[in-house]
Amino acid sequence: MIKILIEHLNLQYSDGKESLRDINLEIPANEITVLFGPAGGGKSSLLRIFNRLNDLADVKLISGKVLLDDTDILDPMIDVISLRRRVGMVFARPVVLPMSIRSNLTYGLELAGEKREMKLDEAVERSLVQAALWEEVKDRLNEPAISLSGGQQQRLCLARSLVLKPEVILLDEPTSGLDPISTGKVETTLHELKQTYTIVLVPHSVQQAARVADFAGFFLQGELIEKGIGKELFINPKDKRTEDYIMGRFG
Amino acid sequence: MAALDRQGKLLINPGSSDARLARQKLGFSCLTLITLVTVIPILSVVIYILVKGLPAISWSFLTTFPYDGVKQGGIFPAIVGTFFLTLGTAIFSVPVGIGAAIYLSEYAPESRWTGIIRIAIINLAGIPSVVYGLFGLGMFVIFLKFGTSILAGSLTLSIMTLPVIISTAEEALRAVPQSFRVVSISVGATRWQTIRRIVLPQSLPGIITGVILGLERAAGETAPILFTAASFFLPRLPNSPLDPTMALPYHLFVISTQVPGMPVKIQYGTALVLIVFVLGMNLIATTIRSRARAHRQW
Repeated sequence: MIKILIEHLNLQYSDGKESLRDINLEIPANEITVLFGPAGGGKSSLLRIFNRLNDLADVKLISGKVLLDDTDILDPMIDVISLRRRVGMVFARPVVLPMSIRSNLTYGLELAGEKREMKLDEAVERSLVQAALWEEVKDRLNEPAISLSGGQQQRLCLARSLVLKPEVILLDEPTSGLDPISTGKVETTLHELKQTYTIVLVPHSVQQAARVADFAGFFLQGELIEKGIGKELFINPKDKRTEDYIMGRFG
Repeated sequence: MAALDRQGKLLINPGSSDARLARQKLGFSCLTLITLVTVIPILSVVIYILVKGLPAISWSFLTTFPYDGVKQGGIFPAIVGTFFLTLGTAIFSVPVGIGAAIYLSEYAPESRWTGIIRIAIINLAGIPSVVYGLFGLGMFVIFLKFGTSILAGSLTLSIMTLPVIISTAEEALRAVPQSFRVVSISVGATRWQTIRRIVLPQSLPGIITGVILGLERAAGETAPILFTAASFFLPRLPNSPLDPTMALPYHLFVISTQVPGMPVKIQYGTALVLIVFVLGMNLIATTIRSRARAHRQW
């Protein structure tokens, strides 16, 4: 089943920096889709289209079609707030909000109008369990989130998007600042999460891409060079450029 | 310069180390001296006024009206007047100033237009205060017919204070990491919710500091209230914003220059009260800032 359908997508920023050219891609539901390639290839830009975070950037031109189920994401009239609750995002650097661990999680829920303490407590525990952080923080939920280690902060960020029960989770190099053990924890967590969520990941290395991808797309300078089932694409790439990148000949 | 010996060990004082050390000591001494030179005038002003003014300070000096052509009695109405003028200035300049800062920092796109606004604000801060006083006279006292009043004085002081408040508040807002805004938006907050729940609370100490520093300047100024609010002597306290008022800086100016045979003690006593008022506000601002820095979570 296709969760996000992208057809003839073009994107240009005003400063002409990064852009996307004629992207056609189907992101399958309940799988981990990996968008990989060298820096400046447009992966992050594509992620930021899925929850319209690129509204914050200076976009010169955007055309084509991006459908989340039946919702036209690019439609200027859609409710971006509810879109962002359906499509959660985890950033490269863990950014915890300057408040307690618990408040980091309840923030989005309270904005959505949830006030019942019991519901909030339930949601906090559920999301922390899902993000494999509950055991480490259950006794210190009211401490400042900044007191957590880098790896814990990133799992808190993951929990913060899970708490809203999104349909899709976008992860933009979520482990780039983490040690191998923390990275392993996040990757294991992602494998469990795909039962419930559709996951789109920009990995921080080719190795990570190969480890976690069910489905993968290779991006180079704004173009989608190749897409396919994860295992096949990494073992037997069809395009010479994909092969060169996977083999580490450039990038 | 550090140097290494043959085994690669660091030599702390190679060559003629004594001469280098002596020169370094001389350099540090010069810098210490220069620093002292800047501190001494400020300290001596404060100490001088303290010594000369302290004998005048008493409960009745602070709480009674002056009499005998202001040559005797207290400065109560001037203290109350400065309090009202500062309060009035805060009522106008704080909401407008913070609003403008939020607009410039959070909403306005970076364009030539906002560039012009910023330059205008910076230049407003450089205008001599007596010019504000003349503007206030023309605009509020005469044209808007507020007369010589607390209202006209507060509005004049507000205009003078606004640039300080806007630029410090904008700086405080911009200091909040952009990533907080992006995260907040990404979990479904609107721009305004992000400002109200994340950006404003985080920048509040910085904003309050700027507000106090701005108001402190307003409280100590004479020229802007000279033509707009201040009165030489009033037998009673103002009972509406449209009444003129006595004020500490203006009272000090008058009793120092316009009253023959004025007791020196009262002059310095008045100066001391004004300095305590202004330095007190400064102290509050500094305390808020350093406390907030210690508790900041970013």
